[in-house]
Amino acid sequence: MLKVDHIDCFYGNVQVLRGFSLELRAGEVLCLLGRNGAGKTTALKSIMGIIKPRSGHILLDGTDLTELPAHDVPKQGIGYVPQGRRLFSELTVAENLQIGLMTRKRGAATLAHVLELFPILRERLDQRAGTLSGGEQQMLATARALCLEPRILLLDEPTEGLMPTMIAKILEIVTRLREMGVATILVEQRVESALHVADRIAFIENGRSAEVVAPAALREDPGLLHHYVGVGIRATR
Amino acid sequence: MDLGPHLLLALLEGTVAAFVLAVTALGLSLVFGVMRIVNVAHGEFFMLGAVLAWFLTSLLPEMPFWGFMLAIVGAPLVVGMIAVMADALVLRRLNYEPEATIVATIGLLYILQQAVLTIYGPDARPVVAPISFRVQFPWFGYSGYKFIAIGAAALLLLAAWYGVTRTKFGLIMRATQFDRETAQAFGVPVKLVYAAVFALGAMLAALAGVLIVPLQQAHYLMGLDPLLLSFIVVIIGGLDSLKGTILAAFIIGISDGIISVFFSPTLAKIIATLAVALVLVFRPNGLFGGRSR
Repeated sequence: MLKVDHIDCFYGNVQVLRGFSLELRAGEVLCLLGRNGAGKTTALKSIMGIIKPRSGHILLDGTDLTELPAHDVPKQGIGYVPQGRRLFSELTVAENLQIGLMTRKRGAATLAHVLELFPILRERLDQRAGTLSGGEQQMLATARALCLEPRILLLDEPTEGLMPTMIAKILEIVTRLREMGVATILVEQRVESALHVADRIAFIENGRSAEVVAPAALREDPGLLHHYVGVGIRATR
Repeated sequence: MDLGPHLLLALLEGTVAAFVLAVTALGLSLVFGVMRIVNVAHGEFFMLGAVLAWFLTSLLPEMPFWGFMLAIVGAPLVVGMIAVMADALVLRRLNYEPEATIVATIGLLYILQQAVLTIYGPDARPVVAPISFRVQFPWFGYSGYKFIAIGAAALLLLAAWYGVTRTKFGLIMRATQFDRETAQAFGVPVKLVYAAVFALGAMLAALAGVLIVPLQQAHYLMGLDPLLLSFIVVIIGGLDSLKGTILAAFIIGISDGIISVFFSPTLAKIIATLAVALVLVFRPNGLFGGRSR
């Protein structure tokens, strides 16, 4: 469905991604794991067109996303939940969602559907986004991305800084979205979370794509995690 | 005249100045707020509005009303197009770097000013008001056009407020202001929004220039005063607050009017500039500005 094909990305003269490749299949949750600075966020940003690869292609069902201007990429049906949420914090919750709806010209029906997934946001519609709690902000960032009815969802460390009940809630949403047929790329630091929801796990090392494995394989061979992420596996939930 | 009528006259003069200043400064504030560009050429857009108003009204010398209507529609359109060109040819190429665009807009100021001097010349030329009637107070008569100017400026401010807070474009503009990259990730064509905002800011200045020209005459150096006053107002009001800009325009405009009538225009400017210095020392974010970002 989405095929990242040998892309090279730079910040100025510093190369961050080196011939990076990735394939996302329809309806799956693919977890991208790697150390800090390995290029996980850059990979998502290059899919969104925020960073243009110097070479290589990103194909979504045959359309080359690298040839589109950045603001046309989300219109192909890609919802982005950036790291640190990046809400429009001075705008209200309703206005943040409105921005999401406008991306692909969706209306009240989509909004109602999204608010069903996040009922708490319905009570907060007129509140400024910056005044929400951390967990609510993460829900809003996710809801905003869902407002464009994405085929693909890119989640960059959605559980960062949240308390455990909220993490469980976010992961539950990811699972429900998979049931609805949304394919997801999940960037995670928390290995337990990744193992919990992922269909496949792709490792990234120094900007290069490394092995892609099934979660079960990781449970059997914790050495992989140690190699790529530098942690041992804790109790899997 | 007694003090009472004198004060009324000063208040009226101040109110006209305040409304026109509010429109001008709103344009500057909008461009700074959304694009983070300090547009030093803003006063030249004001001047261009006035000069174009002279040109357009002179096309219909027999019909001052329709000439003025032509000016109030045509001048901002032409100025808006010039602003779009300046955005595409200069600002976009500098990637909207805050420091570089300050220098670039200083250059733009001189290009526009000298172009007008070359084509239009060094003379100050009058524009006839679209309607001439006098409002007769017991103590003095007052130009009716000034009330029209106040009304038109008030309408513009209302329209701008509505546009920013209630329309889709306003929402897109505010989202771009708070986070350009994320806005783009939600389908906002940031370059187009920037061009539109820069044009809109310039058009507001041009409209203010058209409104003022029947009271002031068109001259190629007339952009300097509104530029200075707009900066004063935007700084006092707070850099990110449109509401603050408008309130500060009233404070500065009306006090400017009163001090000018009772003492001298120079003293009025001195006090306004002193106010900026005090605000910068004691309330660096402006009287109505929020937290620094």
